[in-house]
Amino acid sequence: MRFGRAMLLLAMAFVEVGILLVALPMLTLAFAFGMVFLYPPQVMMVRWAAELTRRWAREWAGVEIAPPYLPKPPPVQPQPDGWYRHDRTLYKTPRVPEWSNRWKWLISDTASWRDSLWLLWDPMVKITLAPLLILLPRVGVRLYALWARALLAPTAASLLAGRVRHLDRVRNLANDTQAAEMRRIERDLHDGTQARLVALGMTIGAVEELIEKDPKAAKALLAKARDASADTLTELRRVVRGIHPPVLAERGIGDAVRAMAMDSPLRVEVDVDLPHRPEAPVEAAAYFAVSELLSNAARHGRAERARVDISQHDGDLRITVEDDGLGGADPAKGSGLAGIERRLAAFDGVLALHSPPGGPTTVTMELPRSLPEKGSSGAVPKMPLWKTCVVVFLWLTAWCPFFPQGMVAAIFKVFSIDEKAWFLALYLPEPWQWPVIALMMLVGGTMYAAAVLIPATHSQKSQWAPPRLSFNRC
Amino acid sequence: MLNRVLIAEDLYLLRDGLVRLLQAHDFTVVGAVETGPELLKALIELRPDVSVVDVRLPPTLTDEGLKASLEARRKIPGLPILVLSQHVEQLYARELLADGTGGIGYLLKDRVFNADQFVDAVRRVAAGGTAMDPEVISKLLASNARNEPLAALTPREREVLEVMAEGRSNAAIAQRLYLSESAVAKHTANIFAKLDLAPSDDDNRRVLAVLTYLNSR
Repeated sequence: MRFGRAMLLLAMAFVEVGILLVALPMLTLAFAFGMVFLYPPQVMMVRWAAELTRRWAREWAGVEIAPPYLPKPPPVQPQPDGWYRHDRTLYKTPRVPEWSNRWKWLISDTASWRDSLWLLWDPMVKITLAPLLILLPRVGVRLYALWARALLAPTAASLLAGRVRHLDRVRNLANDTQAAEMRRIERDLHDGTQARLVALGMTIGAVEELIEKDPKAAKALLAKARDASADTLTELRRVVRGIHPPVLAERGIGDAVRAMAMDSPLRVEVDVDLPHRPEAPVEAAAYFAVSELLSNAARHGRAERARVDISQHDGDLRITVEDDGLGGADPAKGSGLAGIERRLAAFDGVLALHSPPGGPTTVTMELPRSLPEKGSSGAVPKMPLWKTCVVVFLWLTAWCPFFPQGMVAAIFKVFSIDEKAWFLALYLPEPWQWPVIALMMLVGGTMYAAAVLIPATHSQKSQWAPPRLSFNRC
Repeated sequence: MLNRVLIAEDLYLLRDGLVRLLQAHDFTVVGAVETGPELLKALIELRPDVSVVDVRLPPTLTDEGLKASLEARRKIPGLPILVLSQHVEQLYARELLADGTGGIGYLLKDRVFNADQFVDAVRRVAAGGTAMDPEVISKLLASNARNEPLAALTPREREVLEVMAEGRSNAAIAQRLYLSESAVAKHTANIFAKLDLAPSDDDNRRVLAVLTYLNSR
């Protein structure tokens, strides 16, 4: 099995040489002779080989190599008049703009050039590794995967570019969601509260006119006005609940979900284990997500019972909602799931759905780094006492071997100053003096380096890590 | 006469309105406080016959008033408190009712509009009774929807139960539902039999039994 894989890798070297023999003339023709149409197929061919290698590295050696390519350009959309625009030229068909976009996409991607570089070297690396691949296939394949990662993995810059693109998309989604919410609230206030207040004002105006002529009728109208104001308040309460539920503001996500569970037609069990309250926007997003899931369970899933579990894992907020409904939920079918995903995405949150037909449905949501960690948030983790003591000791003593016993003794020796003072090395026999001076300087230097490195390596552990974006659906 | 009342409300206009309203109905306002800590101190030191408390109070403007009320009632069981809020929640109702003693009320602020009913509620709470908002009761009943004994009630019995759960006496139920008092007594007996509760002649104890029953599901 392992041997077979190693053989397959070696066989691939020959395919690569073949690709190389075709690709090089294609590149030459494309750029030296202007036959640009040869470039895209050449890139695609190289990408195929690179993708295959990435897959093997992942499946055989467990070395994860993320594809570094820029996303495909979106299809060209016609203008309202039916023409296709590219820069300052209009086209009747989308063919030319499509082609230019594709060209730009491929040539501007540095990953294309890194792929080519990899292809150029790969057969040679494989042949060098051949003895190892044959004798120790396991080690060989792993070593090969590490080499492949060096050139095939995304660079820090392209990772960052990917992150920016992701944030950009998420920001747009968040803005859209927010705008839609605003419109809904505006509509609610406009059609409900505002209209009722207008009616109330008119009733009071009528009372004003009637009060002297017909006090009895005025009194009846006033009673009506009072009822109308109570109705307006009820309406307003409903709107407020939709914007930010009062219990959420007062007690936080745990009790808000408990209150929601009590009002739900389902029998909902709620388990909350949170040491701190998450930030307010995260809380609201999580609350509305749970609310949507419970109402989905009751409406579409015809569930009777549900369980909500809210907990924290290393600063991530994790919420699991389980119901005993029909299952078969599918975000693509336009239940509120896609909306929840959009809401969560604004906080880098992810949603995993497990809903086989026949149920039960389990939805797990995770909002990364939304909870303050133990102690103050964002601060560098505190060092244990012994480490602090060592660092202080190093700073206090490192000067002694480094300067007087090392540097100064060396200067005395270089200029042959006939003074020994307390410089240990100068009391030793001649052949030992230089080595001891060097040793002293080395010891001092190492102590300084350690004093700097101990705190530095300690704070590194809290560095930012990319979010895990794993959407898995069944 | 139980008429020493404490008011806790942070909005000046509403606080002033409540003071005037209650004074006009022969209550003596022993204090009007604005914040949660002040309220807790006043509740324990003054021991008013009844307090009217807003849920949201400074400094946090969250559920400060509710917390102070619960805390005071832990120290002085049965201290009569009527809680007012812009919104009613089953969660808070259940917390207020959890200790099973009377002298507790939980109403929407809108109910202040109807002065007579509001003052009646304050008096009921002062006398050790309960005053629950109809909205709380309907939510409590809705969350008991799958409860079989409740489903076995006739529509009329259910109506009686709803009004009773608000904290009303038999006489008041009769008046509200246009029934004779003996008819109400009969319905009440039926309800207690169906829900398997021990019957009682005392209005307050009866209401508490019903609320505890609804609360336990």
